[in-house]
Formats: sequence, C-alpha cells, structure tokens
Amino acid sequence: MSANAKDLRNPLKRARGFGSAQSGVGHWWTQRITAAALVLLGLWFVITVLSLAHADYAAAKAMVAKPWNALLLILFVATMFWHAVLGLQVVIEDYVHTRWKEVVLLVAIKFLAVLGALAGVLAVLRIALGV
Amino acid sequence: MADTRRPLSPHLQIYKWQVQMVTSILHRATGIALAVGTLVVVWGLLSLAAGEAAFDQFKVCMGSPLGMILLIGWSWALFYHLCNGIRHLLQDTGAGYAIPQFVRSSWLSIVVSLVLVVLVWGYVLTAGGAA
Repeated sequence: MSANAKDLRNPLKRARGFGSAQSGVGHWWTQRITAAALVLLGLWFVITVLSLAHADYAAAKAMVAKPWNALLLILFVATMFWHAVLGLQVVIEDYVHTRWKEVVLLVAIKFLAVLGALAGVLAVLRIALGV
Repeated sequence: MADTRRPLSPHLQIYKWQVQMVTSILHRATGIALAVGTLVVVWGLLSLAAGEAAFDQFKVCMGSPLGMILLIGWSWALFYHLCNGIRHLLQDTGAGYAIPQFVRSSWLSIVVSLVLVVLVWGYVLTAGGAA
C-alpha cells in the first residue's frame, strides 16, 4: 500500500482494463446461449441422422434439400462451430502457458472454425438449391 | 510479480477421485472430441454435395471398423456433453449445488448418456445393419 500512497488515481482507475474486467461476461453468455440452442439443434440433428441410418444417396440428398432441414442444418453447423471455438478457447487459455503458442492456437481454431462453418453451409446450400 | 510467494494449489493426483471431478474432466474431454467431430459433419455434408461416389466413400470410411469405433465414441461424447451441459445450464441458475444433489446429478449425466448410446446403437443395428 505504501508504494501506492503517492498515486492520486482512484483505485478503480488502476484496476480497469486488467484481468477479468474485459469481455469474459460476453464470452460466458454466448457460450450458454449457443449451448441452449445446441440442445435443440443437436437433438434434431441426431434424430435426422438416425432417420437416414440406412438411406441411400438420393434419399439422404432429398432429406437435406427440404427447406426446413436445410435451414436447421445451416443453423446447426454455424452454432456448432461457434460453441466449439468458445469452448476450445477456454481450454487453450487454461493449459497453454507460452504466450506465442497460445495466440497461434487461438487464431488457428478461429480460422479452422470459419473455414469449416462456411464449407458446411456452402455444401447445404448447393444441395438445397441443386447447384 | 516475480518475488510474490503465493501458495500453490495441489494438483490432481493429491485429490481423492470423486464423481463430480470425473464429470467435470469428461465435459472438457468430450468437448474437445466433439470439436474434432465437427470436421466429420462437414466432411459428410461436402461429400453429399459432391456426388454419389464421394458420399459412398464417406459411408465406407464411417462404416469401417475404425469408423464405427469413432462413431460410437462420438455418439457417447455427444450424449454425455449434452446431458452434462443441460446439468450445467441448470446449475447456472443456482440450482442443485448442495453436495448430495451435485453428486446425484453427476451420476445422472453419466448413466443417462450411456443409456442413450445403447438406445441409439440398438436402433441403428435393429433397423438393419451398419450405416
């Protein structure tokens, strides 16, 4: 404390911008909301895949091409990658203690997730639109 | 920072194993496994969009012994992460934090996830052979 005695700044001024006073709450909420969405979308996805368990190519394609199925699949793919990135981010931040490796991994999972999400969405659109 | 001597918390091997600990670790582990599994979802969609030959190749890979082991593993990871995720969402509301409830809901996540795996694969097999 004695070291700070001459510091006239308000303690809050010194604390702001450090540690958890950043965007943690936003991350937490987004993780929960995508989780709640994935409860519904995940169950729908499992049921849809199970209904296709022994279907041939044409039946599988026709299933994905139905408007509601295409819409829900796009939602599922986007939410799935979003939630995965949020979760992996926390794991990397917890266990990777070399800063440059941490940053490289954090950027890499985001690149991969965007690539995966766009590839998945594009595939669904190609099937749904028949191009 | 360098000369602060903070007490270190004991690491994993110090603690007695309890189910709450197992469910917590499994939630992370299954989350990481499912993040890898997202790539298989995208692979399936891409192959479906690419044409019958590509989709057949995808089905052969997934229907191979290694593919089936991975699929069974991923199905359990999905159901476990789903059950335990719902448990965490309920706990986020402040419910179920008394130790007996916490232990009971931990076991519930594990048991329900295993029951769901058996039900789903029972359905797939009785509906006529492997995908």
